[in-house]
Amino acid sequence: MTWDRRTEDRAAAIVGRYPEKRSAVMPLLYLAMAEDGYLSEDGMRRVAQLTGLSNAQVQGVASFYTMYKRDGVGEYLVSVCTSISCMLLGGDDVLDAVAAETGVADGETGEDGLFSVEHGECIGACGGAPALQVNYELIEGVTPDHGRALCRWLAENRPAVVRGDDLQERFGGRRSFDWGPVEAGGATGAVPAFGPLGTAGEGS
Amino acid sequence: MTQILTTRMEAHPSDSHTLGRYEDTGGYAVLRTALAGMQPDAIVAEVKASNLRGRGGANFPCGVKWGFLAPSRPRYLVINGDESEPGTFKDRQLLERDPHQLIEGIILSAYALGVHHAFIYIRGEYPRPARRVQRAVEEAYGAGYLGRDILGSGFDLEVTVHLGAGAYICGEETALLNSLEGRRGEPRIKPPFPAVEGLYAKPTIVNNVETISNIPWIVGNGGAAYDAIGPEGSRGTRMFSLSGHVNQPGNYEVVMGMTWRDFIYGYGGGIRHGNALKAWIPGGASAPWFVEEHLDTPLTIDDVAKNRSMLGSGAVVVMDETTCMVKAALRVVRFFAHESCGQCTPCREGATWLQQVLTRIEAGAGRDIDLDLLLDISDNISPGLAWPPAMTTICPLGPSAVSPITSIATYFKDEVAAHVHGGGCPLG
Ligand SMILES: Cc1cc2nc3c(=O)[nH]c(=O)nc-3n(C[C@H](O)[C@H](O)[C@H](O)COP(=O)(O)O)c2cc1C
Ligand code: FES
Repeated sequence: MTWDRRTEDRAAAIVGRYPEKRSAVMPLLYLAMAEDGYLSEDGMRRVAQLTGLSNAQVQGVASFYTMYKRDGVGEYLVSVCTSISCMLLGGDDVLDAVAAETGVADGETGEDGLFSVEHGECIGACGGAPALQVNYELIEGVTPDHGRALCRWLAENRPAVVRGDDLQERFGGRRSFDWGPVEAGGATGAVPAFGPLGTAGEGS
Repeated sequence: MTQILTTRMEAHPSDSHTLGRYEDTGGYAVLRTALAGMQPDAIVAEVKASNLRGRGGANFPCGVKWGFLAPSRPRYLVINGDESEPGTFKDRQLLERDPHQLIEGIILSAYALGVHHAFIYIRGEYPRPARRVQRAVEEAYGAGYLGRDILGSGFDLEVTVHLGAGAYICGEETALLNSLEGRRGEPRIKPPFPAVEGLYAKPTIVNNVETISNIPWIVGNGGAAYDAIGPEGSRGTRMFSLSGHVNQPGNYEVVMGMTWRDFIYGYGGGIRHGNALKAWIPGGASAPWFVEEHLDTPLTIDDVAKNRSMLGSGAVVVMDETTCMVKAALRVVRFFAHESCGQCTPCREGATWLQQVLTRIEAGAGRDIDLDLLLDISDNISPGLAWPPAMTTICPLGPSAVSPITSIATYFKDEVAAHVHGGGCPLG
């Protein structure tokens, strides 16, 4: 199996960023996820071919890291931080509110595939606790009410690109620090939005 | 008030991350001067003279580490931007708001160390910082600060931005190197240290984002000028991430040496709702906690160490009187149990056991022996419960899970007992 031309070109460019091609495993796994919406067997096989590793070696890497989702993942992955600083300021209540609003329990994906919900460990937003991420786009200073409203808004509007700035503006509160200017880009799925991966929606 | 790292982002919040603003405020001038007239060894000498200590958690002197770099080539420089220790969000700000400061630091360091390929490892949950850094790297290539024959000096440097994928352990430098090699993020047995056998078994320097962000200032102003700031052993400024029950959470760049009272009540604006302070974590989730009796302890690397804790990653998490200490300890232990890579039995099993015992205490199903049991499990992970911890594990993650246990056993024994005897939390 190979990917389409554009993805193969991107994969070749990623491999070219490293002195040894084995180092490209992690970004290529993201690329495979972006391609299929989750990390498929076929995707992992292609990563193995491109890096000269065995399928078992690639699976060994994939299973080590929590952000590689080998089971399906919803269109919107909502990760609510419940580590210490967020817990102190009500992160658990935000998680409960998100689970109640989406009808999806912690660690699960809803049947319609719209939401996955998970509790996360510290996402480096403790100064704006409690915090959450949607497809790894950060929103700080979230109340349970805001968490509910956010999920309702996502379900109603179904944005193809999740823009952290936009969600922060609508549903966030206190930030850890001034973020600076609003960015155009955002996440196109449950993979970090990052230029070299081709996962940052327009403008970045 | 001395500021080194946050001057530009404070003065120019709308565009401190752009090349234009960086150059307008003096950026890359130090690099030009250095590449034109300084020998690599002279840069290493300035960094040694500065007494800059690493900001990633271990506080190791940066210049000393650079001195360990083995002579063989190629060599690599890896910037640790994995920042995942609960409570820590300082590197995120440096990455997002002043990426060129880091990049200039990387180029100067690479030139000093004879490195021609550097990596910036950024945790996967930091896409915005990674985007900002990637864009800044592209700007730097475009302007001739990266790539071949930088500024006509004959010096070449490639920089690759690498995203992690959700594993705290990859912040540990040898796990990070394994991860960067496309392996599971499991720490390596040391020695050999990375400076001798690191990335692809080649000599490698791993430094934290904040550490390297200081390099342009140090090379520009001289190591002696940096060494003149702050108390001995804690030179320069340092970013602290303040969070929890304070009125003004945030990152603060401070000169060390003030008391904890001045930091928490001054910078932090005191405790929310005028509540009483109960405890705080002085240096990230791995650090043993402090309580009221430590308020007048100076905030320096050595004073905190003398009091059996550490400044670690610079994360200060403040807990007020309404906080259940069992719940707080459990939350920290849960983190380490989840993030254990599983290689070492004392860490993998021990942290999980600690979590289970704390869970039953919190639920009101604890037993009289449970505190002793917690300490016994802890002793298996970190023999003698000494400070700094003795280790039965490859890396210090295991002993980190012990810190909350010794903290509640030392300062909040009665509260633990009240949970056991009262069928749950006395605070309701
Ligand atoms: C479990 C564990 C996690 C760590 N996480 C980080 C991290 O996220 N960032 C970091 O810079 N250092 C981290 N460190 C420290 C690194 O191993 C290493 O000491 C540091 O990156 C060296 O850079 P420095 O000398 O500039 O501080 C961690 C260490 C351990 C044991
Ligand atoms: S504890 Fe939630 S962002 Fe750090």
